[in-house]
Amino acid sequence: MASHPATTTTSATATGGAPPATSAGTATRATRLLGALTLVGVAWLLLFGLVLSPADVNQGESVRILYVHVPSAWLAYLAFVVTAVASAMYLFSKRHSLGWDRLAGASAEAGVLFMAITIGVGALWGRLTWGVFWEWDARLTTTAFLLVTYVGYLAVRRLGGTQHQRAKRSSILALLAVLEIPLVHWSVKLWRSLHQEATVLRPDGDVKMDGLMLFTLFVGIVAFTLMYVWLVIHRQRTLAAEDLLEDVGLDLAIDARRAERVAEVG
Amino acid sequence: MRSMVRTAWLVTRKDLLVEWRSRVALNQVLPFAAIVMVIFAFALDRFPGVPNPEEGSTGSLLETVAPGLVWLATLFSLLLLVQRTFAVEREDGALDALRAAGVDAAAVFWGKTIALALQLAVLEVLLLGTAVILYAVELRWSGAVLLVTTWLTATLGLAAVGTLYGGLAAGARGRETLLPLLLLPVVAPVLIGATRAVEAALGTGGTAIADGWPWVGVVAVFAVAFGAGGTLAFGPLIDE
Repeated sequence: MASHPATTTTSATATGGAPPATSAGTATRATRLLGALTLVGVAWLLLFGLVLSPADVNQGESVRILYVHVPSAWLAYLAFVVTAVASAMYLFSKRHSLGWDRLAGASAEAGVLFMAITIGVGALWGRLTWGVFWEWDARLTTTAFLLVTYVGYLAVRRLGGTQHQRAKRSSILALLAVLEIPLVHWSVKLWRSLHQEATVLRPDGDVKMDGLMLFTLFVGIVAFTLMYVWLVIHRQRTLAAEDLLEDVGLDLAIDARRAERVAEVG
Repeated sequence: MRSMVRTAWLVTRKDLLVEWRSRVALNQVLPFAAIVMVIFAFALDRFPGVPNPEEGSTGSLLETVAPGLVWLATLFSLLLLVQRTFAVEREDGALDALRAAGVDAAAVFWGKTIALALQLAVLEVLLLGTAVILYAVELRWSGAVLLVTTWLTATLGLAAVGTLYGGLAAGARGRETLLPLLLLPVVAPVLIGATRAVEAALGTGGTAIADGWPWVGVVAVFAVAFGAGGTLAFGPLIDE
């Protein structure tokens, strides 16, 4: 399990192109362009979300929260799907490339971040619109479980052991989460359906959206998706660098030990 | 298949024998579960419960929420039992030795699951008895079939998922804190389903028995899903 030059290069193919070996950072021309596009997207979202789009008839100004809430929720789900797919690719592909594992890890980290944003701003919006921070709605409850599950997944990734141990353990856990989440969602839905008195406004139930609002939401989704791709590419590269550091560190230690031995004998 | 059943039975017998000789579950986990039932009363015994239209009386809040509390105490005990059973396996690398001896991982999974299920089943009966004594819960004969079915299904599901995640956390640093984080979100469907089913079996708040059966379905789906998941995933998880 010492050095894996082969796996570190395959990692790059998962996201397309590694940074040049001489570069100090994890950026390439492509990711810089992507980062610039993300900034433009966010600026665009700020302009449309805060200035150009109208206030809602029912919700007033608080509707602007949804321009962050909905895109981050969508990205969190996308991120967890990417984690599941990348984990399956690691487990079932013949080469067991660590690149897939790092992609899964990077995507899960971004997913947890976006999910926390979703729940945080969603609670604020709920307080303004429903009068309470939290409702025991099926979707809200499942989302909270999803967050905790992937926080646990990230904890398992840090358990230690070799890189392939980490990859195997965490990819199995990611696939178990695919089994768990629908079960949790189904049971929570049943749980709520028998408690009709608690029925509330659904997060995006009968909200009639005008064209500009819908467009603003679309801008938000584009900006956040760009941000997600940018974050995952960079995070995946720093993870690769961490793995490389571990490998190289071990090699250096072995070399140092060998040198000691030679010195002792000589 | 036959040899797998036999191996699983040997693992079960080994786990139960270890427990019988060390008596950790008996001397530590059982008293823990009992004290949890007592401290629930400190937190909740202040307000009246949901009136029962059949009996026309209002019991205590504790009586109303007793089914949920019994399952909560079970879940907490499950965490301890899982920690314990894998602590035994980890000492002297017993689990690795089993695998190195060519023992089928699925058989180990089912053996440990059955042993855990038997311990949990006894614990749950005692917890329900505690609820009868401390929370004034009344059992009824008409709900017996529902109660026993829920008891068996939920216990098997909890044991399967406990063994699976216990195996995952077994070799790791910080496993004591990691296991609850991993396990509690996963067992949420069992807590919801088993609580509703037991409420129906006991007639809490005037619930009809027929209302309980769909919930047993939820718990059964869970048990089957994680039984199958454990059979497949346990081997790769412990082979490290």
